[in-house]
Amino acid sequence: MKIVVTVKQVPDPNSTYTLEADYSISREKEAVLDPGDECGVEEGLQLKEAHGGEVVLVSMGPERARDAIRKGLSMGADRAVLITDAQLAGADALLTARALAAAIKSEAPDLVICATESYDGSTGMVPPMLAELLGVPQLTFAKKVEVDGSNVRVHRQTADGYQVVETAAPALITVTAAIAEPRYASLKGIMAARSKEIKQVTLADLAVEPSEPAESIMSVADAEARKAGQVIEDDGTAVDKIVQVLAAAKVI
Amino acid sequence: MPAILVYAELSEGKVGSTSLELMARARQIGDVYAVALGRGARTAAATLGKHGAKAVHVNEDAAFEDYIAEPAADAVAALVDREKPDAVLFGFTPDSREVAGRLAARLGVGLIANASDIASEEGGFVCKIPYFGGSKLASMKANGKPAIVLIRPKSFEASESGGTAEVKELDAPVAESSKRAHIVERVAEASEKVKLEDARVVISGGRGMGGPQNFPLLEDLASALGGAVGASRAVVDAGWVPYSMQVGQTGKSVRPGVYIAVGISGAMQHTVGMKTSKVIIAINKDAEAPIMKMADLGVVGDALKIVPALTNAVKAKKNG
Repeated sequence: MKIVVTVKQVPDPNSTYTLEADYSISREKEAVLDPGDECGVEEGLQLKEAHGGEVVLVSMGPERARDAIRKGLSMGADRAVLITDAQLAGADALLTARALAAAIKSEAPDLVICATESYDGSTGMVPPMLAELLGVPQLTFAKKVEVDGSNVRVHRQTADGYQVVETAAPALITVTAAIAEPRYASLKGIMAARSKEIKQVTLADLAVEPSEPAESIMSVADAEARKAGQVIEDDGTAVDKIVQVLAAAKVI
Repeated sequence: MPAILVYAELSEGKVGSTSLELMARARQIGDVYAVALGRGARTAAATLGKHGAKAVHVNEDAAFEDYIAEPAADAVAALVDREKPDAVLFGFTPDSREVAGRLAARLGVGLIANASDIASEEGGFVCKIPYFGGSKLASMKANGKPAIVLIRPKSFEASESGGTAEVKELDAPVAESSKRAHIVERVAEASEKVKLEDARVVISGGRGMGGPQNFPLLEDLASALGGAVGASRAVVDAGWVPYSMQVGQTGKSVRPGVYIAVGISGAMQHTVGMKTSKVIIAINKDAEAPIMKMADLGVVGDALKIVPALTNAVKAKKNG
């Protein structure tokens, strides 16, 4: 079974994000493999271990995204493709999906695994677009994946529980962090990753023409900020203070 | 007036609350019609008419709810092709975004996600989009024709405007080739006593709760206050509590009278889903946590001690 896992380098989720002059999220702190993607890589590796095959990482980003890709390779992925192109700076979800689709098509995978959403954009729009462009069904919000021959079955998280959803491969799956605990890269894995291939391609290589972005930013303003309130150390009176606030808000 | 198509998300035959919220804004900025797919679509059309839809395109094929996204994307694409709306609005909800994503890719027009408002300006549409947990608000002009916009739940108040929609049967037979991602079973896990979205008090727990074994402390406080328990993405991701409890950008948006954040640092993913709460109380070990800067009352201390004491105090006050 051939599995493609999409991966993205994102600003460290534990840092505070800032904006560049062109309103894009500052990539100064860009340093980590998206934690959601780590779960995708882990699930891909587990499926490979159970069913055989190959795990290929596909990413889009600047050249330094190789660092994040390298992490996925040291976890055990076999090789990677990185789409790098100056024309992709500030790409919207559709252009991102078109570029990824072009790169993934030439791999002809049985399964494409994506995180449900990235940690920086958090809109989750690329996976359904990618599924459409690849012409495959989407099994989304998966917290469990089972593969039996060409049949793929997931447990899809919903507001009040989960659904069992199945389809025939090829398919695209989005996974939540509940899918699998990402493994730590072993020393051996880190050493092995150094010699694994990261194939770098441009939009021209993929025959993708940039499209008009879905939106033009007109302005960015500070939203009405909540006034900072009172911060107190709990010296034993905090509970009384909270009760007063609850009473003032008329909920008790 | 621009023509606006609203995608009405149905759940067990009922129109989702976010879809009705969209109607309230849509009817202010254009002529609104809606599309309702799946069992109950005709009943839904009557509701949508009361909320300002002039016409509702319906198709009651069960395939729309039994297969993920593809049949619905096919039907909406066919309708867009025929009716040429200026904008197509979706709720920014898990099910709707899957349909919207496929639709946008099929039409090749892109979309605007996570919007908190939309206005009709200069012959086009301008959307407001919150960034960084809602601390920044961007204005974006939609370039797509049609403009496909996904709007956050709780952005508007739903209200009936009176009216009756013309019900039109949508001639969009579901292709066998789109019956692929098949929902074969539905399993209910959480039975919410008070619905998170509707609760007047929400108590949410984060990593600072230490582990799933301590969440009953929050349940106790919630039942004393008649509220509901939510959670941050971090603990949902860690599997402590079900996804249905997640408050945040891709979880639920809440706007209760009082929001109590316990052991939650206040990552932007989370705050965008709760920052419009009337009163925010934060309990956290870290005085520097971002949540402290937006709380009306921030308490620096041990949540595992404060929460049970608070529950007792609330009970005492109610009984006294």
